[in-house]
Amino acid sequence: MATAPVVETSPAVVSATPTARSGKGVLSHWRLYAAISPFYLLFLAFGLIPVGFSLYLSFHRWDGLGSMEFAGLSQYRYLLSDSQFWTSIGNTIVIWALATIPMILLAMVTAVLLNSAVRFKNVYRFAFFLPNVTSIVAVAIIFGSVFSTNFGLMNAVLQAVGLDQVAWLNTPWGIKVAIATLMTWQWTGYNAIIFLAGLQTIPGELYEAARMDGAGPLQTFFRITLPLLRPVLLFVLVISTVTGLQSFSEPQVLLQTTDNNSSFAGGPGHAGQTMVLYFFQQTFDNNDFGYGAAVAWGIFLVVVLFSIINWRLVQRRGEE
Amino acid sequence: MASIKGSRQRGIALHLVLVIGLLLSVFPFYWAVIMSTHSSTEIFSYPPKLLPGSHFLENVRHLFDNVDFFGSMANSLLVAGSVTVLVLFLDSLAAFVFAKFHFPGRRVLFALMMAIFMVPAQLQAIPQFVIMAKLGWIGSMTALVVPAAANAFGIFWMRQYMQSAIHDELLDASKLDGAGFLRQYWHVALPVVRPGLAFLGIFTFMGQWNDYAWPLIALTNPDNVTLQVALSQLNGVHGTTDYGMVMTGALLALVPLLIVFAIGARQIIADLGKGAIR
Repeated sequence: MATAPVVETSPAVVSATPTARSGKGVLSHWRLYAAISPFYLLFLAFGLIPVGFSLYLSFHRWDGLGSMEFAGLSQYRYLLSDSQFWTSIGNTIVIWALATIPMILLAMVTAVLLNSAVRFKNVYRFAFFLPNVTSIVAVAIIFGSVFSTNFGLMNAVLQAVGLDQVAWLNTPWGIKVAIATLMTWQWTGYNAIIFLAGLQTIPGELYEAARMDGAGPLQTFFRITLPLLRPVLLFVLVISTVTGLQSFSEPQVLLQTTDNNSSFAGGPGHAGQTMVLYFFQQTFDNNDFGYGAAVAWGIFLVVVLFSIINWRLVQRRGEE
Repeated sequence: MASIKGSRQRGIALHLVLVIGLLLSVFPFYWAVIMSTHSSTEIFSYPPKLLPGSHFLENVRHLFDNVDFFGSMANSLLVAGSVTVLVLFLDSLAAFVFAKFHFPGRRVLFALMMAIFMVPAQLQAIPQFVIMAKLGWIGSMTALVVPAAANAFGIFWMRQYMQSAIHDELLDASKLDGAGFLRQYWHVALPVVRPGLAFLGIFTFMGQWNDYAWPLIALTNPDNVTLQVALSQLNGVHGTTDYGMVMTGALLALVPLLIVFAIGARQIIADLGKGAIR
């Protein structure tokens, strides 16, 4: 894998290729256009047209079968006053924070430890990455049993050390902690490997120099490692924001049995209903396609806003 | 001497922390194995069982009685397999064009492709469902395969790879030998970027194998589902009654995936960080 590209070549360099000079008009490049066209056709049919259509849909009332009825801004007005939507935003952000903060800290510690040239590095990396490749459905079933109220492992441990049992999947906080634990478990190793890749680009001389100046391990971490790791931290944060705020499968599989009317309800009191779960409930359980589209645009807005806030926070901390 | 002793102690402490992390990573798998070997009554007992029991084959029998396990596994293999082949072909072909050729509209088309990354899946979900329904694809594998047949991530990844791995001299030489575009792609470009293709292939296969949200909606016919949907239905219906069986299903569904991961682990782990530090 030594040949993999790490440096981005600027597009200008590419122009010195054989075909670049010989081509005269658009038509002479027809082979090239034909080669990239499958992606753009698929994108048009299943990407661009759908996005435009969902915008159109959000201004209409439609049950998916009958005729569409123009509704103006009323879907969006209702969205703003829809307390269940706001609950789902709150749930999503709380679960995201509960999962992401421990995840980033643990991943960073793991990466720093792995980077200090330990033996069996590949064994560790394999094991740490294993959770991330496994299917979310299987994982949620397994965690469902770990957090089960009656016979779960968590409660057995609590009981063994003399604490009270917790009805994990029945209380608002228990549900959120269970989902967040699952997400942390699944993503810590993945992010540790990304941090490790970043750490390996930091030249050893910097650490050498720091040690000469008498810097301790903590000082070295905060003065050298963390600042140089900021681009990677930014990447990890943005990716986990975008994926974490759109979490669906984890709560859906974990909590689908708790409500007979909807498998997207997110547990008792909707305590585990994320934004995307709410979207699925409105759209595919209630067949409210117009409102579902408005919910989707609401989610989009929240994700964009949140990503920008995160970006700003990390950037600013770096400037100080 | 003191410092050597100190560094050895540090080394032991380091491994201790890493081993704890390793155990936490692996424990849920162990737990699933344990649960899959016990009957439901044993699972409901206290203290929880931490060692294997003897009911594995019984659980497997219950599993096969309750869901068409191999049928849904075949569906998953069909979908993940065909998507992977299509993605490898279409993405590398488009990537080759973007990496090595200049043509009008190149920058705009590439920027447009990158913008697709930003569009969240929910915005597309309803219209995609409607389009699929109009095409008569709902309930068939086509609804899963066609929209996934090419993707922006793969094109971006392969383009980066090809820009540095395929030298222009090589293309020039092949052109002098009279090689056309397709021969350049097939005989010059593809052999050079095999490691990049391997990563993309494994990554795509695993992603498709694990996909859940879209198959849940698009495969309305319960006889015709992928493994993940079948599993979740099992959990929904029988989750409280036969945990041993459900756990056995979850475990068996992981087997093909773990095999693919074991084969490609080196590639995946080595390549993964490159997206972040590029």
